[in-house]
Amino acid sequence: MKIALFATCIVDAMYPSTARATVSILERLGHDVVFPAGQACCGQMHLNSGYFTEAVPVVRNHIEAFEAEEYDVAVAPSGSCVASVKHQHAMLARSVGDSDLETRATAVGARTYELSALLTDVLGVTDAAAQLGSWYPHRITYHPSCHGMRLLRLGDRQANLLRTVEGLELEPLPEADQCCGFGGTFSLKNADVSSAMLADKNANIAATGAQLCSGGDASCLMHIGGGLSREGSGISTLHFAEILASTREHPAPPPGAVRGGSRSAARLAGKGRQ
Amino acid sequence: MSSTYLGMPAVPVYGSGNLHTAEPFPVAARRELDNEQLRANLGHATHTIRDKRLRVVAELPDWEELREAGSATKAAVMARLPELLEQFEENFTARGGVIHWARDAAEANEIVRDLIRDAGADEVVKVKSMATQEIGLNEYLEEHGISAFETDLAELIVQLDHDKPSHILVPAIHKNRSQIRDIFLREMPDVDPNLTDTPARLAEAARLHLRRKFLSAKVAISGANFALADTGTLAVVESEGNGRMCLTLPETLITVMGVEKLLPSWTDLEVFMQLLPRSSTGERMNPYTSLWTGVTEGDGPQNVHLVLLDNGRSAALADERGRSALHCIRCSACMNVCPVYERTGGHAYGSTYPGPIGAILSPLLTGITSEENASLPYASSLCGACYDACPVKINIPEILVHLRSEDVQSRRGTKKVPGQMDVAMKAASWMMGSGRRMALVEKALPLGKLAAGPDRKIKKLPGIAAGWTRSRDLPAPPAQSFRDWWAKEHEDTASKEQA
Ligand code: SF4
Repeated sequence: MKIALFATCIVDAMYPSTARATVSILERLGHDVVFPAGQACCGQMHLNSGYFTEAVPVVRNHIEAFEAEEYDVAVAPSGSCVASVKHQHAMLARSVGDSDLETRATAVGARTYELSALLTDVLGVTDAAAQLGSWYPHRITYHPSCHGMRLLRLGDRQANLLRTVEGLELEPLPEADQCCGFGGTFSLKNADVSSAMLADKNANIAATGAQLCSGGDASCLMHIGGGLSREGSGISTLHFAEILASTREHPAPPPGAVRGGSRSAARLAGKGRQ
Repeated sequence: MSSTYLGMPAVPVYGSGNLHTAEPFPVAARRELDNEQLRANLGHATHTIRDKRLRVVAELPDWEELREAGSATKAAVMARLPELLEQFEENFTARGGVIHWARDAAEANEIVRDLIRDAGADEVVKVKSMATQEIGLNEYLEEHGISAFETDLAELIVQLDHDKPSHILVPAIHKNRSQIRDIFLREMPDVDPNLTDTPARLAEAARLHLRRKFLSAKVAISGANFALADTGTLAVVESEGNGRMCLTLPETLITVMGVEKLLPSWTDLEVFMQLLPRSSTGERMNPYTSLWTGVTEGDGPQNVHLVLLDNGRSAALADERGRSALHCIRCSACMNVCPVYERTGGHAYGSTYPGPIGAILSPLLTGITSEENASLPYASSLCGACYDACPVKINIPEILVHLRSEDVQSRRGTKKVPGQMDVAMKAASWMMGSGRRMALVEKALPLGKLAAGPDRKIKKLPGIAAGWTRSRDLPAPPAQSFRDWWAKEHEDTASKEQA
């Protein structure tokens, strides 16, 4: 299958190792990955902040970039960006009265998948250890992000994949379905409420005893990780794609060694992709 | 935009009364966040009721169908509201009731005051009602020498404490038992001085206090949960029975109700009587449901009035993308699951309507143009928990985003100096509108390392991002973007293939 990768702006710029892990997983399953070069961002930040006029060129760019390439399905390692592509692009086109763009947005949205949904529903991955060679011998916990959970109804797909990674112990997170408080510009406009939500989330993470929290949205993980780092907790965050991509030969950084995007990116870059 | 509703004028008439916040949400929220007791009380109460709701909702195999049905009925009501109101008026009047129409809070208050004076009363008992809070009726009556006594237990606590409600169903949710005991000891004239804070003792004290009022009051004021167009019937749903005392004992009954509370027919109650109690108190059925249709000779109130309140509802109805906020049946499920409400409490929202529904309803009723109310649609992380909980499926996150766009739009071109957010969004739009430009900017990103210390964390950012770094670090950007890595990788492959 030919799969177009939508890296999403934050993964592309800040967490390149997550995109590289996604490519590695898909290629291991024998698929062809293409990267539509025109892509930039899904426009979620503009849309959710009410900047519809400014969102239009961003959304149009996304649609054009993904139309330009021949592929079977598109995938992104981010529930919220996929939710935006699937649920907001057509709405925006409609709100500016562009019915042609609406049709095209709907078409692109229809063949765009969140990574765990693609792996589970389309590519038939049920056992990460057996099918991908995933190995990550650490005790971790997992936070399901709001958009994946509520807008995309991903259910337990991400957690179920993590559970089948060899050596991995998954600690249940208390109040897992509670928002981490990121919410895009919410964390800027209502920084205090956002911090209060984050403090509770991070206390729950610490209560699991795990040294690492995984999830499916780089932005939420950046937020959670940013708080854990400021608290000096020693707990790190890592996208589930990087854990699925981790093998005995090329292990993902262990808990504690991952700090922000840079360290893990540097490590993966050092290993190269053979 | 349709201009046919309720003979609506081209410029919508917005609501007045307790719908405006006095200060922007982030400012109010910050203050409330510092109140540790409030947060503890709220966290405990919302979690208890949340779990209870989930349990009883899970018992119904057809919960999603019920939500669908409730939502569809409400949408149908909004589509033909003027017609249904006329039908209701005809039936209500035919059975001896009197209808009064009020465009805004001031008109509604005057009508109620005049009716109380006509009845020769200077004291009224009240059934818990959001509409009368919305119009500030108690304060207005007090100014005009009329005392209004709240009879709902939680509402009574708030009134005795000279406080404001902070939740639509549990107005005293921000107070715990010992705080309530202290209020009773302080404010109830003939209370037992040895009152303890056990719920039964507190309820008993309130009952004794209220009984005297019920038996002496000539006039009662209520809200209504539903109005049935085909029979001209009003309905009040409650837990304590105090409402029923008010609805049956006094001679005169005045109900104040928003026009959106209408349902087409008696049979529609079937769906809503399943949706409401489970969503609000987590009960299978509420203890008291009172229904009345006009006047019954020799039984109950002999003067029955209804004030039908617009107060911005026509304006909300005219907003096609915000209209469904009027579907709200005031169950409070959305605030019980809202992570923002849970931490700030209801007072931070300023208006009578707190939580997620308040964040959309208040600005819809007042218009987005006041700067304070324009801050309300941003009081959400868009986590979507409210939409999942809402028994009539109001897509609150979508309306929040719609109202944010209205806010941004309303400021366009009016401000001489655009805000930092406006500038940042414009710049980001330019950058993210093309992969090429994005790639260029990404090349400069590693410079961000300069902002990071030796531990590769960014701990302080300027301007609008300052709030982020007050409690969170940012990782230093990586040396190479994915895009760059991909290009290099595939260049190599391409050149290797050529070789
Ligand atoms: S918006 Fe929905 S959940 Fe919230 S109070 Fe209204 S009906 Fe209940």
